[in-house]
Amino acid sequence: MTISIEPENKKQESIQPKGWLKYFSFSLDHKVIGIQYLICGFVFYLVGGTLASAIRIELASPMSDFMPRDVYNQVLTLHGTIMIFLWIVPVVNGAFGNYLIPFYVGARDMAFPRLNAVAFWLIPPSGLMLIFSYFIDGAAQAGWTAYPPLSITTPQSGQIIWILSVLLLGGSSIFGGINFIATILKLRRPGLKLMQLPMYCWAMLGTSILVVLSTPVLAGTLILLSFDIVANTGFFNPVLGGNVVVYQHLFWFYSHPAVYIMVLPAFGLVSEILPIHCRKPLFGYSTMVFSIMGIVVLGLVVWAHHMFTSGTPPWMRLFFTIATAFIAVPTGIKFFNWVATMWGGRISINSAILFSCGFIINFVFGGITGVALAQVPFDIHVHDTYFVVAHFHYIVYGGSVFVIFSSIYHWFPKVTGKLLNEKLGILHFVITFVGFNLCFAPQHWLGLNGMPRRVAEYDPQFQFVNQISSVGALLMAISTIPFLVNIFISIAKGKKAGDNPWNALTPEWLTSSPPPVENWEGEAPLVKEPYGYGESITN
Amino acid sequence: MLNKNLNLIIVVFTIIGLSFWIGLNINLLPKEASINAPIYDELFKILFIIGLILFIGMTLIVIYSLFKFRRKKGQLGDGIALEGNLSLEILWTVIPSVVVLLVGLYSYNIYDRMGGMKELNHNHHMIDNNSEKIWAGISQKSNTQLSTNNVNIEVSAMQFAFLFNYPDGDFISGELHVPVDEEISIKMESKDVIHAFWVPEFRIKQDIIPGQPTILNFTPTRVGKYPIICAELCGPYHGGMRASIIVEELSDYEQWFNKNRKTEV
Repeated sequence: MTISIEPENKKQESIQPKGWLKYFSFSLDHKVIGIQYLICGFVFYLVGGTLASAIRIELASPMSDFMPRDVYNQVLTLHGTIMIFLWIVPVVNGAFGNYLIPFYVGARDMAFPRLNAVAFWLIPPSGLMLIFSYFIDGAAQAGWTAYPPLSITTPQSGQIIWILSVLLLGGSSIFGGINFIATILKLRRPGLKLMQLPMYCWAMLGTSILVVLSTPVLAGTLILLSFDIVANTGFFNPVLGGNVVVYQHLFWFYSHPAVYIMVLPAFGLVSEILPIHCRKPLFGYSTMVFSIMGIVVLGLVVWAHHMFTSGTPPWMRLFFTIATAFIAVPTGIKFFNWVATMWGGRISINSAILFSCGFIINFVFGGITGVALAQVPFDIHVHDTYFVVAHFHYIVYGGSVFVIFSSIYHWFPKVTGKLLNEKLGILHFVITFVGFNLCFAPQHWLGLNGMPRRVAEYDPQFQFVNQISSVGALLMAISTIPFLVNIFISIAKGKKAGDNPWNALTPEWLTSSPPPVENWEGEAPLVKEPYGYGESITN
Repeated sequence: MLNKNLNLIIVVFTIIGLSFWIGLNINLLPKEASINAPIYDELFKILFIIGLILFIGMTLIVIYSLFKFRRKKGQLGDGIALEGNLSLEILWTVIPSVVVLLVGLYSYNIYDRMGGMKELNHNHHMIDNNSEKIWAGISQKSNTQLSTNNVNIEVSAMQFAFLFNYPDGDFISGELHVPVDEEISIKMESKDVIHAFWVPEFRIKQDIIPGQPTILNFTPTRVGKYPIICAELCGPYHGGMRASIIVEELSDYEQWFNKNRKTEV
């Protein structure tokens, strides 16, 4: 799979089913694969969301009374694993990356279309395997972090299937990362310079570097863990002289960058959406590029902030505090630039912009609690509590998932040629935003006051706040209804969008909607100023 | 122009004032019961206030922009073609860097006051040969001061309970009794999986790791009964893995200790 197929010579479309059936075929078209990632991810999002609802039902009362305790641990393990590895990572990288990157670099497909299809088709079987492990001997129940020795002592079949599934998903992620790096660096249309690329390309370049550097570490770690489970080796098993803290270092060496693998592409997508709907150039293009690369470098050296209570020496705690806190600087630069992009614009208030603004507000909040958590003395009290649960949901849900919705509203006309209903979209936003904040904001207080995470039971004094949180979760579940109704109605009889409903300048809009298989009828356009909006002040 | 600047200054000071008011008046933390707790709460207040200023400020800017720069009906055309501003970029790189650096230094100071930078050692076990294997929690005083009291406690954690061994009295208790205002040093080890020792009122937490003893030092300051909570997922009954720490006057503690001890003085 190292030989790239000349995109021009590709004649896959002749054997491809027409219409919606093509999304259920082994297509090599990057656009079809992108949509396959999105639909597959969304199905798993519904599964993960159902599990989240089960958690919130259990926590609506202080006693463990809704499901057996070991099932509860399986549910929270599957919820975390599904939402990370089967929803956010594949969608912000695979779905939008595949759909958009070839357009942005002016190519007709990804560099390695077959590898691309392989990367996608690894996902559905891994996900199904993970879910169906529940019916064998119970799913994994050691949390998505799978810390040994708990992961070694819980029922083996579930844990081994979990490892296999995550290994396959990690492989898929690595294939995707290699493909994005090759496409962005090597398939650029002649005459297109790196510093002229839309920001999402830079975000995907940075993300893919993180994927390629850190995912193999996770793979190696999980293989060692599986040896400990099935072959009685003692890498991490303390009974056999293994060291459990080494596992944590190796695990977080991937899993902290994984946070950036989930949010950097979201940063890139917001950078595409805001200028178009604000009718202004992206503010501070080159600082945005440098801040992405700054986050990539810093993101690799902060992993031990997940281990401040694991028994780490003082110097290590200090180093990781400072490194972590400094990530706030390049991240902050991005937020100030987005706000500056909005300032003085001509903003169309629509679902896409509302979800992007919701993202900014939620992520700023999650970032602030993140800087607080980076401080060792602060973290020692709230580590492994609901404060942390609230914090990372503000990052991955309030951040990445809001951006996914914003992007769906923004690119739906591109993919289908139809417009989404704005009223339903705004309703979707309002319920999601209120539900999300109602669900997660109170959890900060729970953590500060003594409720640890991953528990099925808690002190009665926490009941009221937990119930508020559960009501928020219910609203979040309800919010998918207007969204799904909107999607199906709009596909069936939505208003025709035209080729470029937003008057955008980025290359994916300079073709028909939906685009032809070759992306453009003729030569790919050379877009040197993807953000050339705005009226100059002198006019 | 002057009027506009005046408005801006009023808004900025209102945000700062509001943040200070909220930060100083709204308490989100449980009661303080150790030397660590007031130090922690001081850090929390500062971070809370800085966070509020940033959050309220950013949220207001976003909402204001959405309102002020929204496209009105029938309005055509674009916004201004402003691609960037170097001095602004420098401003919002330098100011956050300085804030982050100051917060980092301040939290270092807090950590030091909590005793985090001290070398940890445990007074009642000769561990010279494997002292590098003992990993630290937080210590409030240096180890030399530890020998002034006789409170030696070994904690063992297992699925799903804590046991407290008092080697000087040769007995094991299911509740942790400690005297108030004395520095307590506990040595913790797990018999199976990873657990954690957390007392929210003390603002301290330390993982309890199998095959790897950890130490936690703390000084309780308020008589009472507080929960000890396992904070690391340890199995199905993790949520029920609780114990109590009972902080009492030295005389009460000694009475309890003598009642339970098996060895003579």
